[in-house]
Amino acid sequence: MSKNDIKIALIGNPNTGKTSLFNQLTGLNQKVGNYPGVTVDKKLGKSKLSATQNAIITDLPGTYSINPTSLDESIVLKTLLKKDIAASPDVILVVADVENLKRNLLLFSQIKDLEIPTVLAINMVDQMNRKGISIDLSLLKKELNTEVVLISARKNEGIQDVKEAIIRCHVVAKASPLCGINSKIDPDYFENLKKISPNYSLYELWLMVTQNNYPDTITKEEKEKLLSFKKDVPKLKKYQHKETIYRYQEINKILKKTYIVDKSKAKDLRSRLDKIFTHKIFGYAIFFLILLIIFQSIFDIASVPMDFIDGIFAELANFTRNSLPEGVFTDLLTEGIIPGIGGVVIFIPQIAILFLFIAILEETGYMSRVVFLMDKIMRRFGMNGKSVIPLISGTACAIPAIMATRTISSWKERLITILVTPFTTCSARLPVYAILIALIIPDTKILGFLNLQGLVLLLLYALGFASAILGAYILNKTLKIKARSFFVIEMPNYKLPSFKNVFYEVVEKTKAFVFGAGKIILALSVILWFLASNGGDEFKNAEQTVIAKVENQNLSQEEIQQRIASTKLEKSYIGMLGKSIEPAIKPLGYDWKIGIALITSFAAREVFVGTLATIYSVQADDEDTTTIKQKMASEINPDTGKKQFNFPVGISLMVFYAFAMQCMATLAIVKRETKTWKWPLIQLFGMAFLAYVSSLLTYQILS
Amino acid sequence: MNTIASLNIGEIGYISEESLEIIPLKLLEMGCLPGAEVELIQQAPLKDPIYICVNGSHLAIRKETAAIIQILKSEI
Ligand SMILES: Nc1nc2c(ncn2[C@@H]2O[C@H](COP(=O)(O)OP(=O)(O)OP(=O)(O)O)[C@@H](O)[C@H]2O)c(=O)[nH]1
Ligand SMILES: [Mg+2]
Repeated sequence: MSKNDIKIALIGNPNTGKTSLFNQLTGLNQKVGNYPGVTVDKKLGKSKLSATQNAIITDLPGTYSINPTSLDESIVLKTLLKKDIAASPDVILVVADVENLKRNLLLFSQIKDLEIPTVLAINMVDQMNRKGISIDLSLLKKELNTEVVLISARKNEGIQDVKEAIIRCHVVAKASPLCGINSKIDPDYFENLKKISPNYSLYELWLMVTQNNYPDTITKEEKEKLLSFKKDVPKLKKYQHKETIYRYQEINKILKKTYIVDKSKAKDLRSRLDKIFTHKIFGYAIFFLILLIIFQSIFDIASVPMDFIDGIFAELANFTRNSLPEGVFTDLLTEGIIPGIGGVVIFIPQIAILFLFIAILEETGYMSRVVFLMDKIMRRFGMNGKSVIPLISGTACAIPAIMATRTISSWKERLITILVTPFTTCSARLPVYAILIALIIPDTKILGFLNLQGLVLLLLYALGFASAILGAYILNKTLKIKARSFFVIEMPNYKLPSFKNVFYEVVEKTKAFVFGAGKIILALSVILWFLASNGGDEFKNAEQTVIAKVENQNLSQEEIQQRIASTKLEKSYIGMLGKSIEPAIKPLGYDWKIGIALITSFAAREVFVGTLATIYSVQADDEDTTTIKQKMASEINPDTGKKQFNFPVGISLMVFYAFAMQCMATLAIVKRETKTWKWPLIQLFGMAFLAYVSSLLTYQILS
Repeated sequence: MNTIASLNIGEIGYISEESLEIIPLKLLEMGCLPGAEVELIQQAPLKDPIYICVNGSHLAIRKETAAIIQILKSEI
């Protein structure tokens, strides 16, 4: 970053296309979605405004005004009140939605009063015709006394105009307030406020008083004076109300001259769709149907490519074994790395389908309808309608989901949502469920069209949601936090999903899944393979011991080799480790090999299958390499002589994964968002306990 | 007294001037201004929450909030 770069902050109401514009300006691919509260943190990017001028752009969460009521909104206030040269913006780019310009201008008028150079970008102008809107641009510029540009971030129109306007605005670097709040409300009062310091604009001082948020540069003396203004709280409130009304009056005056809507032209798709999607009966039925379709598709569509990938990796291991000279390195590849990586890659189709559906739900505007439908239910359990967004997007990953709780204004509701979000079935659990369901649930159709495996998967998701809600209920009753609950959300327009947004969303998330899990499993599979192929004296003598033992048993050469391999594995380091925890997990139906996979899963759940694949490959040690599914299906429990992955074990494992908090990254993010280790630790131990007890009960009852 | 909570689906009311001090600031900022036209678009079971259109903004609010905002059935 050079000193000459212009620092630009993107500010605007939620869902007006700030991030879309940010992506166009910077070439990045930040998440875009059609509901308020997609962006909840600031994000920086670089942009080339002209041949000689670069800019650093900050994308910010959306907000309706500079008076924040939730964490994401307060990020905007903090950015604006910062006075250090390095961080405070040189130019503010306000992004407004052309359809609701009036409300968008409220925020604009507040920003303008901060006396920072401001450019107004009116976005979504591609919708103007359809909605019968026309704007007198040159008059609007004059009335607002700023640069105004019409753009369509989605269609990449007007971006060049924005860049030029920013440069012009930066050069002039002068700004005057739009509304000048003082004279209309209480001239004396605001005159006194202004006298406190010449270093700040009147509106900045007013914000410090009303928001109790001060820049670092404020002196002790100034702060004391400001505090004296805070004494009369009802008066402050009254003045804030008056200020808002006054701003709207001024805006109305300006828009009357410059902004015309031909109501007869506005085709109303929204109201027709809302009649069904938010209907008090059909609304819920449709929501359930959508969920059903998603989980059915995960099994129906994904099973073919999944088996295909599974086969490819088996072939690859085979090919590698045959074409490379025998040796440690070849073993590491064919028994460690290839099966381990295969255990992640195989799930790409399922994960991608899940991400595709979530992206479509987010882009159409349907998400907010679900928030509306669920608020009452969520409230009963100590959460908020807005908790639905973390719970649904948590089916992809708990980390962004927990960040998304920032839009919930009540701390208690937010904390509860953070604590229960890890119960929702995230995409890392999907691999575990998918492979176990494929092993223990027959692939049949019920009622002729419902895939039984898909139905079981739906049940597991339902289990996740149900435990989240139940957990919330208990937390709501036990947590002694006083917080006022308030709920208002904006219902966005329905939109056809933009292909580009959906595509990037799916690609980025799938990439993150594959590389995230891939890195872990790559390292783990090397370690696992090493620990499984080495051991102490007993390991080294395994061959003699077995041969001596089976001398008189008349076994075929093949069977003897098999015994040697499995004895070796048992006596290897990993075997010793696994055996030491076996007593604890035997009552749940697991052997020590599954135990190892449980341990590695604490790094990340999705490595469960890869871990088993590696262990079973070392154990098989034979020439013809089989697929992961076959390996798991043919694994025999030595105690019973029956299949290891039978019905009770499979169910017990799925229950374990449904409840256990096996994700370091989530714990770290909970620590960050709650600012203490207390809550992540409660989550970790609470959920582990729940997982252990439930799997124990499940297995003991079923077997 | 009529409030937003007493509207039926499709019905229209006008926020009364008396409500000014009661309306939460956030709602005011989102366009719930005295004098503004409010239409009830949809309601969840038990009329809570409700989905309204006011001043061009489509909002979902809870019954408890809707019940404190007084309205007139005809324009002032
Ligand atoms: N029709 C149309 N849609 C747009 C345009 N720009 C953005 N959108 C859509 O508007 C929605 C919101 O876009 P975002 O860029 O996520 O908006 P945001 O302001 O960053 O939203 P928050 O982060 O939630 O405050 C998405 O569905 C976009 O595809 C545009 O120019 N025309
Ligand atoms: Mg955004």
